[in-house]
Amino acid sequence: MGVILDALRNAFGLIVTLDPDMLAIVWLSLQVSLSAVALGTLLGLPLGAAIAVGRFPGRRASIVVLNALMGLPPVVVGLIVYLLLSRAGPLGELGLLFTPTAMVIAQTILIMPIIAALGRQAVEDAWREYREQLRSLGVSRLAAALTLIWDIRFSLLTAVLAGLGRACAEVGAVMIVGGNIAGVTRVMTTTIALETSKGDLPLALSLGIVLVTIVLILNAGAYSVKEVAQRRYG
Amino acid sequence: MRAPTSLLPLRLVDVSFDAGTKRIVDRVSLVLEAGPRTMILGPNGAGKSVLMRLCHGLLRPTAGHIEWATPERSGERRRQAMVFQRPVMLRRSALANVEYALKVAGVPWDEREPRARNALESVGLSDLANRGARVLSGGEQQRLALARAWALRPEVLFLDEPTASLDPGASAEVERTIETIHAAGTKIVMITHNLGQARRLGDEILFLNEGRLVERAPADRFFNRPASAETEAFLKGELPWT
Repeated sequence: MGVILDALRNAFGLIVTLDPDMLAIVWLSLQVSLSAVALGTLLGLPLGAAIAVGRFPGRRASIVVLNALMGLPPVVVGLIVYLLLSRAGPLGELGLLFTPTAMVIAQTILIMPIIAALGRQAVEDAWREYREQLRSLGVSRLAAALTLIWDIRFSLLTAVLAGLGRACAEVGAVMIVGGNIAGVTRVMTTTIALETSKGDLPLALSLGIVLVTIVLILNAGAYSVKEVAQRRYG
Repeated sequence: MRAPTSLLPLRLVDVSFDAGTKRIVDRVSLVLEAGPRTMILGPNGAGKSVLMRLCHGLLRPTAGHIEWATPERSGERRRQAMVFQRPVMLRRSALANVEYALKVAGVPWDEREPRARNALESVGLSDLANRGARVLSGGEQQRLALARAWALRPEVLFLDEPTASLDPGASAEVERTIETIHAAGTKIVMITHNLGQARRLGDEILFLNEGRLVERAPADRFFNRPASAETEAFLKGELPWT
């Protein structure tokens, strides 16, 4: 018990004194995960909306595949991206392996299906409601998809948050393609895994607390944005 | 803006619509001319809404065909509009909802706001222009739906029970707006369950029962001297109103 209390006290010490090593790790984590969320949203929402309002052969199959990809294991994504980016791989020339860029790529692949699948469901529900009205006005399917994304943007926030949650929490993919190199590709989750196995509990704990706090703050922010929007726009 | 040739008359030839094995609209033939306000009456399940959606192009007939004097081409601005029983508003201001419809219709951006404000004024919603459309009351939303349709200056306006869920005051406002739109030269085609309303607004009546067009007559004659037993029973309230 004493060990844990000591670790907790030291962890709070690191947070309160804004320990530079810890801050650097937090900052890199946020950069990687937020970039991946931005990319995943940019790719995932239009894809989800297109599947929601589109009519094409294989639509049902693509929905099933998309939903299944939500459960993609991070280590598998990490392995695939590793193979693509490794020296001998097809994209080896780019020299991206063990860089933050590689981590962003892996996390984007991991969370894009989550944002696309959840977005697809939300857009499809809205499409059912708006369809006749939009067709009556003469809105094309493509324009309808964009109108729907904008109109339910506050509901889609939930899909984006789900992606963010996954990106912040996963350790397998960034560990494999980033390599957990101190000062270069070491992020919160990989540090926690490493430091725990080394027995350096204060740093692991402090990062754990920061990680959970960040996720809480982001969710609280998104929730209040949604609340305000609901009151204003209905 | 207005195309040189008219959409009307609208010609339906032996139009049927099946949903699964059930025939909803059964070999309806009719011609809708510009001018008179056409009211569509009939009991629930008579196929009124489906017939209107067929006319407006939201559904395709399973048999027969529907032709406008000047066919609309896809990609072109629509010259007909429809107001639904439950208006569907985008999550933006009342004004922005009207502007959206104008944008889709290809109205240049600098003309959109004045035209939208104008349309809102004509339905008495100027004060609510900047309020979120979805937080308006049912009656206000329905008037907004009318303003949105009206801003497009359609040649034909389809209305599917626009006052069905409104209180008498709101209904009267909606009726006044429909009168204004008619007076400006738009062909009104409207479904209603309210016989008083059909009498007040209608020049001619189409009576549907079980998917068939049973009777078509000028409003006076329809109400005073119905030509078929089915119509008479309907007017007496003897048909099931399930």
